[in-house]
Formats: sequence, structure tokens, C-alpha cells
Amino acid sequence: MPTVSVKRDLLFQALGRTFTDEEFDELCFEFGLELDEITSEKDIISREQGDQKASEASDVVLYKIDVPANRYDLLCLEGLVRGLQVFKDKMEAPRYSRVNPLNGDPQRLIITGETASVRPHAVAAVLRNITFTPERYDSFIELQEKLHQNICRRRTLVAIGTHDLDTISGPFTYTAKAPDDIRFKPLNQNQEYSATQLMGFYKTDSHLRHYLHIIEDEPLYPVIYDSNGIVLSMPPIINGDHSKISVNTKNVFIECTATDLTKAKIVLDMIVTMFSEHCDQPFTVEEAEVVYPDGRMVTYPVCIYLCMLLRLCICTVLISSESIAQLLTRMCLKSEVTSDGAEIQVEIPPTRSDVIHACDIMEDAAMAYGFNNITRTTPRTYTVANQFPLNKLTELLRLDLATAGFTEALTFALCSQEDIADKLQKNLKDTKAVHISNPKTAEFQVARTTLLPGLLKTLAANRKMPLPLKLFEISDVVLRDESTDVGARNSRRLCAVYYNKTPGFEVIHGLLDRVMQLLEVKPGRNHGYYIQAAEDSTYFPGRCAEIFSHGKSIGRLGVLHPDVINSFELTMPCSALDIDIEPFL
Amino acid sequence: MADTGILESLLRLVDKVDGGIDSQVVASSLGVDHQVVVGAVKSVQALGEVIEAEQRSSKHWELTGEGQEIAEQGSHEARVFKAIPEEGLSQSQLMVESIEDVVRKKLQQVQMGHSSQLEEKEKNELKKRKLLTEVTVKSYWITKGSNFSTIITKQETELTPEMIASGSWKEKKFKPYNFDAMGVAPDSGHLHPLMKVRTQFRQIFLEMGFTEMPTNNFIESSFWNFDSLFQPQQHPARDQHDTFFLSDPAVAHDFPQDYLERVKKVHSEGGYGSQGYKYDWKIEEAQKNILRTHTTAVSARMLYKLAQQEEFTPVKYFSIDRVFRNETLDATHLAEFHQIEGVVADYGLTLGDLMGVLHQFFTKLGITKLRFKPAYNPYTEPSMEVFSYHKGLNKWVEVGNSGVFRPEMLLPMGLPEGVSVIAWGLSLERPTMIKYGINNIRELVGHKVNLQMVYDSPVCRLDS
Repeated sequence: MPTVSVKRDLLFQALGRTFTDEEFDELCFEFGLELDEITSEKDIISREQGDQKASEASDVVLYKIDVPANRYDLLCLEGLVRGLQVFKDKMEAPRYSRVNPLNGDPQRLIITGETASVRPHAVAAVLRNITFTPERYDSFIELQEKLHQNICRRRTLVAIGTHDLDTISGPFTYTAKAPDDIRFKPLNQNQEYSATQLMGFYKTDSHLRHYLHIIEDEPLYPVIYDSNGIVLSMPPIINGDHSKISVNTKNVFIECTATDLTKAKIVLDMIVTMFSEHCDQPFTVEEAEVVYPDGRMVTYPVCIYLCMLLRLCICTVLISSESIAQLLTRMCLKSEVTSDGAEIQVEIPPTRSDVIHACDIMEDAAMAYGFNNITRTTPRTYTVANQFPLNKLTELLRLDLATAGFTEALTFALCSQEDIADKLQKNLKDTKAVHISNPKTAEFQVARTTLLPGLLKTLAANRKMPLPLKLFEISDVVLRDESTDVGARNSRRLCAVYYNKTPGFEVIHGLLDRVMQLLEVKPGRNHGYYIQAAEDSTYFPGRCAEIFSHGKSIGRLGVLHPDVINSFELTMPCSALDIDIEPFL
Repeated sequence: MADTGILESLLRLVDKVDGGIDSQVVASSLGVDHQVVVGAVKSVQALGEVIEAEQRSSKHWELTGEGQEIAEQGSHEARVFKAIPEEGLSQSQLMVESIEDVVRKKLQQVQMGHSSQLEEKEKNELKKRKLLTEVTVKSYWITKGSNFSTIITKQETELTPEMIASGSWKEKKFKPYNFDAMGVAPDSGHLHPLMKVRTQFRQIFLEMGFTEMPTNNFIESSFWNFDSLFQPQQHPARDQHDTFFLSDPAVAHDFPQDYLERVKKVHSEGGYGSQGYKYDWKIEEAQKNILRTHTTAVSARMLYKLAQQEEFTPVKYFSIDRVFRNETLDATHLAEFHQIEGVVADYGLTLGDLMGVLHQFFTKLGITKLRFKPAYNPYTEPSMEVFSYHKGLNKWVEVGNSGVFRPEMLLPMGLPEGVSVIAWGLSLERPTMIKYGINNIRELVGHKVNLQMVYDSPVCRLDS
């Protein structure tokens, strides 16, 4: 969930009133936001870098507000204020419109075929006669950063470039070139670099290094030129210094390059709808033309109002359609009841890209009505409950194992390869383990194929406890299995260990007898259970037996091999029981 | 216990004297070490009110090692004198003809217990010379108790079968119990606290008529975990940073083909009244195997199965099982945790119904004050975070997440149009940590658990 940081006083000024922290928190809650933290620049710096560095910093109060991940229209002060004001009936939702330039000649961005392999899409627009203040300017930069981090998926899907239009001249060309053929002075630098040099230069940049991988290995890098060959930007890495915007910029050329056109359109719509507020003609945006390699021409931004019809039968709140229309209007969704009264016609503004279905509209109606004002009802759904048989059996056995004097452990389903192989003196290839491709540490290399390592690690962590230690766990292990759609399945195991100065094979054997008694399996060769000497490298030679029930092998028991005991940093003899309980369903 | 002979000799001495006797005197008259008498006093005391013993301390003087040597062999000066040979040293060097060894005499007096015959000044001087030392002795002043007798009746510690058979318990005296001591811990096994809480949650769902879903499949395809839930393929949750992907087996097969086509379409083009996400949906992304990030993947499988029935029947489902996140770990986050999930599918369920069911569910957990905050979740709309008022923290805290499944998820499965599905989820670990007052999740889950905590954990009643 993105967090937007706004200056409290600026926010209150824009909202036309002040709130106590509690009042504002309450307002946020109703509107689906969360006042996450009340802080100041000074606080933040002093927390991160110490009091000394903070002494110069501003102590203006900041509100950090959590915004739902799909509400890109609330990612800046402008959008937050607009949303809240309309919600509180303090203003009407503005009408956004796309206009022709006064001279009738829109800016043009020409896409060349070379971009196809690296970043094929681009959209553009112009904010004409905008007035920045230091606060608005900061908010403008911050919004781009928030969009980059969220909908743009850290610039992989979309990258935004904003330029002082008065320093460049169109038409602009969006192309892709070999890194050594691109040379320009990047933003806030004093000299020109080739793209190859830049990629090296930014390797150590704490901010930009995270984006280098997006194009690093491409033969051609995306680049945008103006008609004089000036580089506007090398997306998605950096803009040129020449066209950089400042507080004094009056006309802003915005380009978004992308691998996902839908998202590029949304991002462009967000920027222009949010900041057209500060244009001489508020809420208007000047269109730009994008020419595709095939000659097709499209005008951007999209900036259109979508119409949706809401059938009232899906309404979850039993109130009149007029009231619903009013509620929706407060959510910036201008609504009218149709002439026959059966439907509501809802207009979705370009700011609300999150609305893609009637159910999204109903959520807004419910929010405006207030979730907590909705009457709580009990569904009349009649059902009879059933337990999942495997879990039912597990619950029953757990209880009886504890009754038999064993204590329940709860160990991780993920572990290292070593845990299930080397430490148990097994070959990893024979384990049928599923392997994780992106573990952050060795603890998450595989899903466990046996519960034994978890129990032995639990023993090791509790060596100070009085002996004997008697532990069990009934839980799932994961095994490769070609017969399932994902190629793996869980297997429910019962594992128990006895750890003492003597191996206690008879104790663990007694536990097996008890478990079999509980499962109503009698000792015997044919229709009962029996154990039979077996070779298993995890166990001490001659001290391991395989367990058979109804003629099928269900697991093993025995005294663990001293090397296994050592590898789990244990010092005493230990016996173990490990069986599959699924055959007993 | 000291042997009975000493005890009885002690009692006879006490009997003879009027007004009591000092344990030191007892020791010297019985010719035993004082400590033996002290032991005897304690033993007799344990028998009841036979004697009373008041502790007192007395001081007396004793010779040091050097003092003893002098008492035996004479003072150093005297020994020098004696050591002078017959033929002698020159007369002029010998100032005296004979000596009187005063130091030795004084020490001998002390040794014989007559230290009181010496003046304090003399004693202090000898003390300074480290020949004497003053010793404090703790002794008892023993008097007769209310139940005095010179015969020892041995107190029995426990009732025995023989006493019951012979009736001899009637004559016996029994040693009193110390009721301040703790009992012996029963020799038993213990259930893990998190599993005890799981049992309670299962119980609650069963009481509410919810059927348990088969969640014994940790490995899931991205298709069922994400795509079927209308979670777009570029969603951050599908990132390497958030989800564990598998290298072996890396991909899943055998998807229901026509359903897969409908899922692909609703993502990339929309449909069922939806605009869709309008992106290039790729089967390769859907095939990727992962460790499931939520049990909702199983709910999706169950709802799809439900949609394949000849005729729709309403269902209530629940599950409590492990889920996996490749997240940064801290005191409250592990790479795996248990998710609790409830799902109701029926015609015409409303947001009010969801809040009603949540109210009933949380009431069973002892939480009655709830409020709901609008939230965002890719597969539910509306989505609501559930908050409850925490009296200890004095604020509203999030206790769960809930919502109505999106039509883009349900309709491609083939569920009838009027059916809505409400669902909610929460973690098992969080309420357990609150319940048992555990701050670090590693003390609760995993092998680093403190078994003493498991042994000591109380029963789990969530509503009290």
C-alpha cells in the first residue's frame, strides 16, 4: 500500500478547515485511507541519521497517509484534497477536458520501429500555462515517483519524463539506438556522457541503479530527441539536463514510454488530471499526437469519461436509486437515475481507472453511505458442516499422542537442502523434494520431505530441558508427484522422537504399538502391522525397522545414527518414529 | 533425623533442669559436638510441641593456632630461654636468670575455659598478638514444650496400606505437610499452543456450519493462486520479492482448458460487465509453480468445482493452513504462517450479510466491537478491513480482511450470475501471540520454540 506524505497545514489549508489528529484519522478511515503516522522531516532525519543532522531540518508537521494500491488519483496532495472535498460535499468534481492548442498545431511524438524490441509504446501531452510554487513543484515530482513505484512497477511497465517545453522544439522522435551512439548531458550533471558510460556511472547511484537492469542487456536503448537533436530522455533511466523543469516552468511536455500501453495511458491521465488544476485554464490539458511506425496517429491523453449502467438488483444497500446516485456523485462518479428508474447511469472520470466493473461502483456507493451504517444481517444459507477427514484424523491422533506423554512441536515446512539430505545421510536426489528457485537464505531452499529434521532442531534448541525429551508432530511434507497438475503433493506424516541417555527404542516402539492400537490395526503379518529389520543410512546399523501395515510400507522407526545426532548438534542417543498416516483414512 | 538415642538423652536433660538449658551445655554434658545437639533440637522440634528452642548467641574466647602452640610448648621467649645451651652465651647478654612464662599461663587458662579469669585488657592484648580470638556461638535455649515427653514417638510421613489394614494409623502421629511447596508436575505430553488455538478456530467454524476445505497442497500453480482470482500478472504480489517460485517442478499442467480461456479473456479483454485489465495475458506466467501465498487458491479450486455441479447449492467453507511469503522477516513476520479463511457462497448475499457473519464469528472469539474500513484487494470488491477495539492498547486494531469476490473471478468459473461469494481471512499466529502474550513469533513457531512455554501454556478459550 503506497504511503503519501503531505504537510498537514498545507492539507488543512486546501481542505478549508483544520482537524484534530483524531478527526482527520476518522475521516481517513471512512474514506478508506489510513493516517499511518504523524511526523516531521526533523523527526524522520533524527530517527534515521541522529539528532545532530536533524537540527537544521524542518519541523513542519507531516501526515503520512496510506492509500489503497489501486487509487492512483490519491497519490498527491492535489488528488487527496479533491477526493476528500467532493466526498464531504464541499465541492463538485471537476470536469477534465482535452483541448487543442491555441495555434491548432499539437505537439507530435514520432515512434520509430527500433523501439519495438525494447519499449514499444509512448504517449504524450502538454500542460499549458501552469503555475508552480515550490510546494506544487515538489508534489509534481513526488507524484511521478509514486507512480513509478506503483502502477509503473518500478519503471518496468511505464517511465515518465517531464520537460520544459519552452527549451525544446517538436516534433519529437522516440527511437532506440546503440548505447555508444547516444550522448547527452543527463539531469543535474555538468558534462555529456555516452549511454554506455552512464550505465557505469549510475551503478553506484542509490536511486537509479535499481532501474539499470531494465535495458542494460538490450542492444538498443530507448531515447527521445527533439527536432534539433537534443536528448529529452533516455527512458526508463534518466532525463536530459537541457529540458529539465523548474519552479518557473510554464509549459510542461509529458511523455510516458512503456511496455504496457494501458498503464501508460492511465499514468498520463493521472498526471494531467492532477496537475491541470494549476493551469491558467484549470482542468484542461493540451493534446499531443503520437505517430506509430506504421503511420497510424493517435491523440493523447485519453482523458475520457466512460459510461456504465448500474442495474439496481445488484445493489447491496436497500436505499433509493436517487440516494445511490447522490452517494456516487460524492465519490467523483457523476450519476443519474435513468428515465425508467431501473438503472443508474454512472460516468467514470479519467481519474478513476480503478473502476472497471459495476461492483467497483457499488463499493463506492457503500463507502459514501458508510460501511458502518449498513445494517448487519444474517444470511439464511443452510449448510451442514463436515470436517476434512485427514484433518479430523490428525486432530484425534494429536490429542492421543499428547496423552501418551509426547509433546507437540510445530516446525517449518521449508528448510535447507542440507536438513533433508546431508544431515540425515541421504542423497538429495533420492528425496523427491521440490526446490525453490528464489530463496533469500538457505533456510528456504526446499519444502521438507520429512518431519524429522524439524524435530531434531527443536531438540537441539531445547537441550537445557530435563531429559527425556519426547516430541511429536503431525503435519505435511511435500513430495514430487508427476500424477498431480502441479507435479507435487503433500503427504501427512506422524513423526516422534525420544531423546535421552539411553536410546529408548522400546519407548518409540511402544508409541508405534499405541498408535496402531488407536488406529485399530492389530499386530500381525497379513491384515495387521509388523516391523522388519531395514537398512537406512539415517539410522544406526541394525537398529532400524521398516513398518508395514496391511502389507504396505508406511514408514520407519529406529535409533538414529550417531553422525545424524552429531549433525543436528545433539549429544544423546535418540530414537525416532516416522510414518505416513494417509493409509489409515 | 538424628538418632533416637541423642534425642532422648537431650529430652532427659531438659526434663531434669528447671527453666531450660543451653544446647552448648547439653553438648558438653553429653560429650558430643554442638552441631549434633543442634540437629537433635531441630528433629525434636519437627515432632510438634515437645520442646521450645530459642536461638541465642554467646561469645567466648578460643586460642588461635599459634596460641595453642604457645599453650603447649611455651611462649617464644620462654622457648628461646630454654634453648640456651648449658655452657651458655656470655653472661652479659643474659639479663635474667630464670623466667616466668606468663603468656603460656594465660593461654592455658583460656584453653581450660577460664577466660573470665583474665582481664579484658589482657585478652585484647593476646588478641592483638593473634594468639586469642573471640568466637560467637549460636546456641539454643531449650525449654519444655506444651507437649513435653521424654519418649520419642516417631512421626509418620505417609499413610501406608499396612496402616490402613491394621488400623495402626489411629495411634500414629503424622508429619505435617508443607502446603507452601509446589506439587510435582504430572508426567504428560503437551499440545502446542498455536495448534490449540487452531483447534478452537476449527471448532468455531464447525459450530457455524462451515465445511473444511482440503488445503493439503502447499505447491500451487500461479494460475490458481493468482490468475483465477483475477489478480493481474504484473501485480506486485507475483514478484520474486514476495512469492517463492519453484525450480523443480517449475511449471504446472492440466488446467481446465475452457476455463483457462475464459480467465485469459477476462484479464486481457474484459467481459462479464468488466473492462478487464487490458494486457497481454501469458500462459507461461500462469503455469509457474509457487508455494501458495494464500489458502484462497484452494477456495478458488473449490468454487470452480462447485460451479461444475449440475445445480448450484449454497456452501460455507473454511480452512486453516500454512501459506508462504518470500518477505523480509522480523519479530512478527515469518516466511510461513497459518491463514484462517471463511467463505460463503449463495444467491443474493450482501455486504450486510458479510458484516453479520463477521460479527457472529468474532463474537465467538470474544470480540464484539467491530468496525469496517474500505480497503483494496484485487479479487474482492467491496473489500473491507475488519477492526476491533483493543481495550489494552486503547485503539482500533486490524483483526482481519474481508470482501465480496469479484464477478470477474466467479463468472468465468461458471457460477450462476446471481450467486455472490463473501469471504474473510486472518492469520492464526497474531491472535495466538496476543492470547499467550508472545512478542517474538520465533518463540511460538518453529524449532526455536521454548518447550517450557509449550509445557506451561494454559488451555485455549478464545472467548474468555
